[in-house]
Amino acid sequence: MGETGETLLSLSGVHTHIGQYHILHGVDLEVPRGQLTMLLGRNGAGKTTTMRTIMGLWQARQGAVRFAGEDIARLATPDIARRGIAYVPENMGIFGTLTVEENMVLAARRSGLNAERLDWIYSLFPAMRKFWRWPAGQLSGGQKQMLAISRAIIEPAELLLVDEPTKGLAPTIIDALAEAIMALKQTGVTILMVEQNFALARRVGDTVAVMDDGKIIHTGTMAELGADTALQGRLLGLDIGGGTA
Amino acid sequence: MIKSLLSGDAPGKPLLALIVCAVVICLALAPFLFPGTRSVDTAARICIIIVLVASYDLLLGYTGIVSFAHTMFFGIGAYGVAIASSSMGPGWDALALGGAGGVLVAAALAFVIALASLRVRAIFFAMITLAVASAFGVLVSQLYTITGGEDGLTYRLPQMLTPAFEFADFRLFGVRLDGRLLSYYLIFFSAVALFLVLLRLVNSPFGRVLQAIRENDFRAEALGYKTVHYRIVASVVSAVVAALAGVLLAIWLRYTGPDTTLSLDLMIDILVMVVIGGMGTMWGSVLGATIFVMAKNYLREVMGAASALTSDLPLVTDILHPDRWLFWLGLLFILSVYFFPTGIVGKFRRSTQ
Repeated sequence: MGETGETLLSLSGVHTHIGQYHILHGVDLEVPRGQLTMLLGRNGAGKTTTMRTIMGLWQARQGAVRFAGEDIARLATPDIARRGIAYVPENMGIFGTLTVEENMVLAARRSGLNAERLDWIYSLFPAMRKFWRWPAGQLSGGQKQMLAISRAIIEPAELLLVDEPTKGLAPTIIDALAEAIMALKQTGVTILMVEQNFALARRVGDTVAVMDDGKIIHTGTMAELGADTALQGRLLGLDIGGGTA
Repeated sequence: MIKSLLSGDAPGKPLLALIVCAVVICLALAPFLFPGTRSVDTAARICIIIVLVASYDLLLGYTGIVSFAHTMFFGIGAYGVAIASSSMGPGWDALALGGAGGVLVAAALAFVIALASLRVRAIFFAMITLAVASAFGVLVSQLYTITGGEDGLTYRLPQMLTPAFEFADFRLFGVRLDGRLLSYYLIFFSAVALFLVLLRLVNSPFGRVLQAIRENDFRAEALGYKTVHYRIVASVVSAVVAALAGVLLAIWLRYTGPDTTLSLDLMIDILVMVVIGGMGTMWGSVLGATIFVMAKNYLREVMGAASALTSDLPLVTDILHPDRWLFWLGLLFILSVYFFPTGIVGKFRRSTQ
């Protein structure tokens, strides 16, 4: 483990194409170790594409993706995952016909289910204990999201990529999720998170990067952006008062 | 003990378990319960087809791979036995050598096809398997000096497996204790063993990864699983089991030809059986194969009887004429897909959860 604050993941000049479309136009992004970096921006700005490029699900055509000093831009997805990056995709990607338990067993690829770590996950998400033997496809949207996050943290990862965890969830569940994310931060894991819900982003984020048209247009601390309503309005098109929850 | 034999994956609901038990008991005692050449032949075919369908379900139902080359692997196993037995003469050595050779060829071919095509999209795999299987069919019919061409090969087996061999001179429940009975039980117990191996496989950690790949292959990759490796292993295992089923068929029929092993019709029948039974459930293959083979073999008789019963009603008796059996089989299939879109076992399992 390196020092908190040094760069764990960095993207420089990343261009990604999806088919004939040029989505990322030279993304430069630094994710400091031990912090939660929020990736904000309007729909279609390229946030999810950035996540998928880091994960190797889309290959960057140009540029470097460096993780812990190593260029991972040309690696296959499983190899990237094995280097300690866990991914919670936007659609959650749970295995619906398998049970919650089986989903978790699959995620604990390296060392199997660890009882201590599982207890910790139960304390973050009590629903996981309750629905342990249920087919994951029958969980509610919020429970699926909790499963998706549990699955990503059952093995200690150095970097957690979380894509819009609150999408389509009820406000009370978003609250529970925010609590869990705060608790997760305490463990020292580095998180890069895409989020549309600015209220949540302001609550949990340490640093922030704002995207538009496939580029990073602003980077800074969350506190700074949270305090500057004019900047929020310019970057995110938000109304005064911190946006909608 | 039973639980560990079934790998903790029992059929599910009591009714379903009861039906599966009934099928297994009927198959286990078929030569005694239903003596007669034709019924025992049907039972043996059901055993073999269950294995064939189960091995296809490993690909289609558990891994989400569509292959059209499954009958090719089935045929390779059968032709291995046929070619060895007809060129070396009847003997256990010919049987073992031919069977092993067929299995090895099937495994190698499956590995090459998978390696060449599973890296790209699943649809290419389906097309490549279709092409390879067609080419293989042509090859078999052209190499008639070896394969017997369209006529196929008739050969003799070790004496122990022939009707002329009687291992006891009394009758058990009125059934002759002959080589035919021995070959039936050879097939039955081999089928049970192969089925249990497949059941163990799909309930193992390996099987869970296969299901994860079927559900969401990107996500499986993002968890660190090399999906290509898993897909290749699944298709090789499936091909090996299909080839072993082919070996069993070759032993039972003492004849191997393109129609019994390689035809596209058989390939489609396998698909239908997997769908009727329920994709992604090994038990589905037991029910799918039993229902389908029974329907194919006996629907004509049932309809003949029904037609005779209704001979006074002009239109009905025509509709029920035995020559229309294929129409009714099609109707049965459509109805089963309509009422059990997830297959019979899938339907039962869904309502338990």
